[in-house]
Amino acid sequence: MSVMKKILSTVAVTATFFAGAAQAEDMRIALVVKALGIGFFEAAAKGAEEAAAELGDVEIIYTGPTDTTAEGQIEVINALIAQQVDAIAISANDTDALVPALKKAMDRGITVISWDSGVAPEGRELQLNPSSSPLIGNMIIKLAADNLPDGGDVAVLSATTTSTNQNVWIEEMNKVAGNYPGINVVATVYGDDLADKSYREAEGLMQTYPDLKAIIAPTSVGIVAAAQAVTDAGKIGEVNVTGLGLPSEMAGHVESGASKSFAIWNPIDLGYSATMLAYNLAKGNAEAAPGAEIPMGRMGTLTLDENTEGAMADPFVYDASNIEEFKSIF
Amino acid sequence: MIQRFLKSREAILLAAIFALTALIWTRFPGFVEPANLARVFNDTSPLIILAMGQMVVILTRCIDLSVAANLALSGMVVAMINAAFPGIPIPLLLALAVGMGAVMGSINGLLVWKLDIPPIVVTLGTMTIYRGFIFLISKGSWINAHQMSPAFKDLPRADLFGLPVLSWIAIVVVLGFLLLTSRTALGRSFFAVGGNPHAAVYTGINVGRTQCIAFIISGALAGLTGYLWVARYAVAYVDIAGGFELDVVAACVIGGISIAGGIGSVGGALLGALFLGIVKNALPVVDISPFWQLAISGGAIIIAVAFNSGSLRSKGRVILRKAEHTA
Repeated sequence: MSVMKKILSTVAVTATFFAGAAQAEDMRIALVVKALGIGFFEAAAKGAEEAAAELGDVEIIYTGPTDTTAEGQIEVINALIAQQVDAIAISANDTDALVPALKKAMDRGITVISWDSGVAPEGRELQLNPSSSPLIGNMIIKLAADNLPDGGDVAVLSATTTSTNQNVWIEEMNKVAGNYPGINVVATVYGDDLADKSYREAEGLMQTYPDLKAIIAPTSVGIVAAAQAVTDAGKIGEVNVTGLGLPSEMAGHVESGASKSFAIWNPIDLGYSATMLAYNLAKGNAEAAPGAEIPMGRMGTLTLDENTEGAMADPFVYDASNIEEFKSIF
Repeated sequence: MIQRFLKSREAILLAAIFALTALIWTRFPGFVEPANLARVFNDTSPLIILAMGQMVVILTRCIDLSVAANLALSGMVVAMINAAFPGIPIPLLLALAVGMGAVMGSINGLLVWKLDIPPIVVTLGTMTIYRGFIFLISKGSWINAHQMSPAFKDLPRADLFGLPVLSWIAIVVVLGFLLLTSRTALGRSFFAVGGNPHAAVYTGINVGRTQCIAFIISGALAGLTGYLWVARYAVAYVDIAGGFELDVVAACVIGGISIAGGIGSVGGALLGALFLGIVKNALPVVDISPFWQLAISGGAIIIAVAFNSGSLRSKGRVILRKAEHTA
């Protein structure tokens, strides 16, 4: 297995080396992903290519290990250092394990940023988060409100009572709930990320609140189960299910109308933004320091906080118009 | 006869279920509407089916902790087949699910029978193995609603004389087990093996074989439920029905199936499952803080089991007192 892995990564590295040699004058930005062959990252690579085409003088090296290990990524990073690429944008398999290798890269003058899954601050210049808790909190209630022009009762179906992510998002949602007049958040229930419990909780919500207009489920198990419960209760059109989910998992429920729209990050935008940021840093157009604002093309600018982290944008909204395109991606 | 029934565990449980339902009614009157009760029964059907299989296993002094993993693996396999070849008729997939479940059950059974490994160890092992297999075959990805054919998803919810097919399957399984446990030699041998394995051997019952058959029955029902589960929730992934084996064992224990084997009834297991099902379905509508819900369902189990052991203990005392008198 490990021999096989070595051979495979050597082949990958050799391939990228030759590709790199062909156009030496361009800026070479390596997009390092958790593992090759994952739809989400293939889509990010598509976004990176889009950015490269827009910038003109950029060549993208899309690479990564064959399985999601930190060791595999370290090998890839060392190979990229040997090739003297101009920038590395990485989605890390481990927050700390990659730091020494990435430090070495930075010592050689390579611009290093992390995106999606971050690296500890000493191993990168900045971290690009797909979104931020306040943006997500606002987005999930906005999705419900957008389909309720006259207002109405909405309820939240979360994961477990102790899920950090979901609790923070719901907290942020409640902070901005006042901006959506007429929308009453009547309850928060917990489906424990189990299909059967989430389904039952969704049924319970529809019984307890007969006028319920929307269920907001910021969890991928919950949103699918709630959509199925609404379908089985014959309440498609009356109760809209929204929240955070994956296009591949929600396609059927968007088609049936149980969910009018939902959100999650857009991997294409993420790859695009990571490339733009790496380009601007490597060119010296911007400096990665707390409070800095770094342009990222059509995605606007990234504002860095005290940990040199920044949030790209609102989660991307998926609905009947684009679900077909994205359901095969991730 | 009536007096004996009133003292029986089933009667107590039935009274507890009525009391519970009345309590829920005071907080949420809609709960006792016939349509809602039918919905609760339907929601509890998978638990009832699995509790029947678990009952015969526990009767023979064994325990099957792999039912939920078996369910998940069978469900994932039929979901993947349906996604890849939507043309395969549903009865064939149903038979495949039952067959796969039975094979997985027989692995448990053979390990217990031929290698004499304690059932809790065997099924704890196969539980993780079966879950692991799901990950291997699915690579961790989901089979989603739009990948399943409409026929695949519609069977459990199809309406037949006012009840969904899922409910009817549970009813048929319960009736089947009533016949099995009261009218067949195999059914009686489950009790004999659990009650007194040594005596069972002298009556010509092969203890290991009977236990193995109990595991196969439990496995086959888990396979059947696997299909029903993924079709009902229209999704299959690695963790479906995670931890459900404990609900199944709890239903049996609440229903008075003795973990020590040999004691229990179909009615008890049915009522135990219904009790749990009612608690699970009532908690979301009676407006109790979610932080309390787990504590409440756990408390209900402890109280039910305390009742059970209490009633058994008093029986022991009676015998002792009689013995004192004769001496």
